[in-house]
Amino acid sequence: MRKRRTFEPQAGGPGLTLAGILTASFALAACTTTGTSASASDEDEAPRYAAMTEDEGPFASTYRAYPGVATALVGATVYDGAGGMIEGGTVLLRDGQIVAVGGSELATDGYQVIDAAGKYVTPGIIDIHSHLGDYPSPGVDAHADGNEATSPTTPEVWAEHSVWPQDPGFSRALANGGVTALQILPGSANLMGGRSVTLKNVPARTVQGMKFPDAPYGFKMACGENPKRVYGNRGRMPSTRMGNFALNRKTWMEAIDYANDEDRGRDLGKETLVGVLDGEILVHNHCYRADEMALVMDMAKEIGYRVTAFHHAVEAYKIGDLLRENGVCSAIWADWYGFKMEAYDGILENAALLQQAGACVVIHSDSQDDIQRLNQEAAKAQAAGRRMGIDLPDEQVIGWITLNAARAMGIDEMTGSLEPGKMADVVLWNGDPLSVYSRPERVWIDGALMYGANDPRRRPVSDFELGQPGEGDMK
Amino acid sequence: MKRLLALATTALTLAAIPAHAQDFAITNATLALGDGSEPIEDGTVVVRGGEVVAAGSGIAVPAGVEAIDAGDGWVTPGLFATVTTLGLWDVSAVSESNDIRAGDAPFSAALDAAPVVNPNSQHILIHRAAGITRAATTTMPSGSIFAGQGAIIDLDADGDPIVEPRAFQMVALGEGGGRIAGGSRAAAHALLRNALREADSYGDAAQIPGMSAEARSTRTGDDLPIDPRLSGRDTDRAGDVLLTRFDAAALVPVVRGEQKLYIAVERASDIRSALALKGEFPALDMVLVGASEGWLVANEIAAAGVPVIADALNDLPDSFEQLAATQSNVGRMMRAGVQVAISASSGQNPRNMPQAAGNLVALSNVPGAAGLSWGQAFAAISSIPAAISGYAGEAGVLAAGATGDVVIWDGDPLEVGSVPVRVFIGGVEQPLDNHQSRLKERYRDLDESDLPKAYDR
Repeated sequence: MRKRRTFEPQAGGPGLTLAGILTASFALAACTTTGTSASASDEDEAPRYAAMTEDEGPFASTYRAYPGVATALVGATVYDGAGGMIEGGTVLLRDGQIVAVGGSELATDGYQVIDAAGKYVTPGIIDIHSHLGDYPSPGVDAHADGNEATSPTTPEVWAEHSVWPQDPGFSRALANGGVTALQILPGSANLMGGRSVTLKNVPARTVQGMKFPDAPYGFKMACGENPKRVYGNRGRMPSTRMGNFALNRKTWMEAIDYANDEDRGRDLGKETLVGVLDGEILVHNHCYRADEMALVMDMAKEIGYRVTAFHHAVEAYKIGDLLRENGVCSAIWADWYGFKMEAYDGILENAALLQQAGACVVIHSDSQDDIQRLNQEAAKAQAAGRRMGIDLPDEQVIGWITLNAARAMGIDEMTGSLEPGKMADVVLWNGDPLSVYSRPERVWIDGALMYGANDPRRRPVSDFELGQPGEGDMK
Repeated sequence: MKRLLALATTALTLAAIPAHAQDFAITNATLALGDGSEPIEDGTVVVRGGEVVAAGSGIAVPAGVEAIDAGDGWVTPGLFATVTTLGLWDVSAVSESNDIRAGDAPFSAALDAAPVVNPNSQHILIHRAAGITRAATTTMPSGSIFAGQGAIIDLDADGDPIVEPRAFQMVALGEGGGRIAGGSRAAAHALLRNALREADSYGDAAQIPGMSAEARSTRTGDDLPIDPRLSGRDTDRAGDVLLTRFDAAALVPVVRGEQKLYIAVERASDIRSALALKGEFPALDMVLVGASEGWLVANEIAAAGVPVIADALNDLPDSFEQLAATQSNVGRMMRAGVQVAISASSGQNPRNMPQAAGNLVALSNVPGAAGLSWGQAFAAISSIPAAISGYAGEAGVLAAGATGDVVIWDGDPLEVGSVPVRVFIGGVEQPLDNHQSRLKERYRDLDESDLPKAYDR
């Protein structure tokens, strides 16, 4: 039987195993005691030490676009991610950027021309909710690096310090799902789980080699069952939903005090919280129930921060009006339901009802499997809407897994749609991406061809899979 | 209908015979028979007395039979889901609503899903509305490598879901089985062998009748006849045994080949070891469940004639027992001649089986991958799982003599956007409403200007 790994508790599942996490936390603690020395300016004074500040960009991205060939995709049905659609369209890529998107009138001189007639072009697919790398394959305890489940509030941890770039899941998301960018979040054991990291879906030896340049950080929060179960079972706060809120509010108020303290020293956790208060770090809040989301939005108003997106949000359809008024996106599955009490009211029509209410929709995966099929999940949600009379055009639905995700991740100025000057993150599909029968044929990231279905040499194989049965197989 | 008819005189299947089976014909259909063939244009299926009497093209509607014009729409047999836990839980993480695992029970192989399947479970209602008309459902290994005895159920609304109790036993022999058995696959193998030998000798000593014997007249108070094995005479056994009397009795039909043994394994070498069990226990009627690395030993599986229930989309080395996992696994095994059903656990829920099947069709256009034809893929979620479950020609297929499980869809059933518009089980049209459809209607709008949503129904 298949062991299905999701990051939600499943019946009879082992829940959170701590052995691996504890090991990781020792390693992290060791790291935080080291700092780089700053030069002492005055010979009379003892040398002073100071770590780099956040503004100095620790753990900076080292990603650079790989070489690409100026390419013209000609004759395709183009969904631009921003709600536009062109039949028989042309998309020009050069120097890592989208140069132009238009019809057959666009000149292709100087471009390698790919005949895309009968095929489809979309922006690279973006998954706003992934745990690739921090819960990598193989899913052994030694790899369970996604939940620092030793305290209900761990704003000081950064997901990027858990990401294993050799997770074979990245390559599957690329080849089968056309995923070019993804947000890796800490898990949902904690009310405040820590910082997320946004990655380019490029293989790299280091996580820095995958980090999406200039992407803002996200901050993972969780309401509902998980935090109260994990800590309630240990006889500590929170053990109830009211405990969840009390601890959140207390922690935020301490962050406000910290922010107002002119003599404040370094505090990794509070720096992240202040980043949220400043609007520089975007809140991604795991939350299922409608009533609870409404309370979280009021908590955000009380404290003075913004919730960018509710993740999972299976009951978002009950409060589409509130979500629209508050400008909060719902990052949701198409059809997951019933696996936990707060998921009992999940319905297929969630996305369509939200769209009808004028609220922002993002389809997410939270799964190393479903990240390979976000296009199909979007199609499923679209069809459910159609059945109840909510007719959403294909070009709008593609936005759920491209530009809307990019917006909620704060990278929409750079990617998420096919617009001149944006990164050439592009998928050529061998058929309609909203059909189960279609697959990516080629995937470009910043104009570099990173996957080609017809070219086994354009298929990444992680270190872990070298020398294993099926190495380099079309997975 | 061999088995269904043979058992028709018992109380067991009386309730499974439709009370209000309709006679009807569906015409003008894009008709998938489920037998592996490609869909037929302008097809017709005729159902009388709860059974399919004809399906194909050029079939006349008999006089006096209601004709339903499908308007070129898709019509298929009901889907057959295996292996599932349908009817055994309400909310999986709410333990008191969840009967899937019984890790603290004193029994293992003797656990019997049949008396605890809840036909009113929302999951049964939701999966009925998704076109699944029959399923294998079972408890899962937890305290023991043995899962217990799974049942074949139907998903109709008549209140009696059990088509066949104790249809199969399941045992875990891979990583999971090894952990349960004491920390090693070797422990799982020793436990299994010991159990089968104990069952073999116990079955003889206790003079347990075969499964084909008439059930004793003893009644359990419901429609299920008492398990004849539990009326064995030997109530006192020697101390040097690892199985309770009930567990040993439950394994008697397994070792005799009268009840199927589903073996959960993933790794190629584990598959070989499972196949080798036939050398020691020649009567075993084995089915492999999982088999992520089956393609590496596909010829051996085919030669052994052992069917496989495989996850269609498992393509990650999620564990060290599935390093070679690929979406081409099903296609490669089929090409080698293995009978392969797409597992109901291929997606988040069994209702995602058609999506999994559609993905395998998509693989046909990916160089280097082994995809399926549409007909093969659909058979892998209809007639093949039915056949593996013991219902070849009786379920999952539209052919004369098959049960009248027919689904009319709003589109290609393997497309992610398609759902049934009408579902017939045993010739009886089924209600398709459930908790989800009611929520959808309530929240069609958010207008509470007159009264709260609680009054909106």
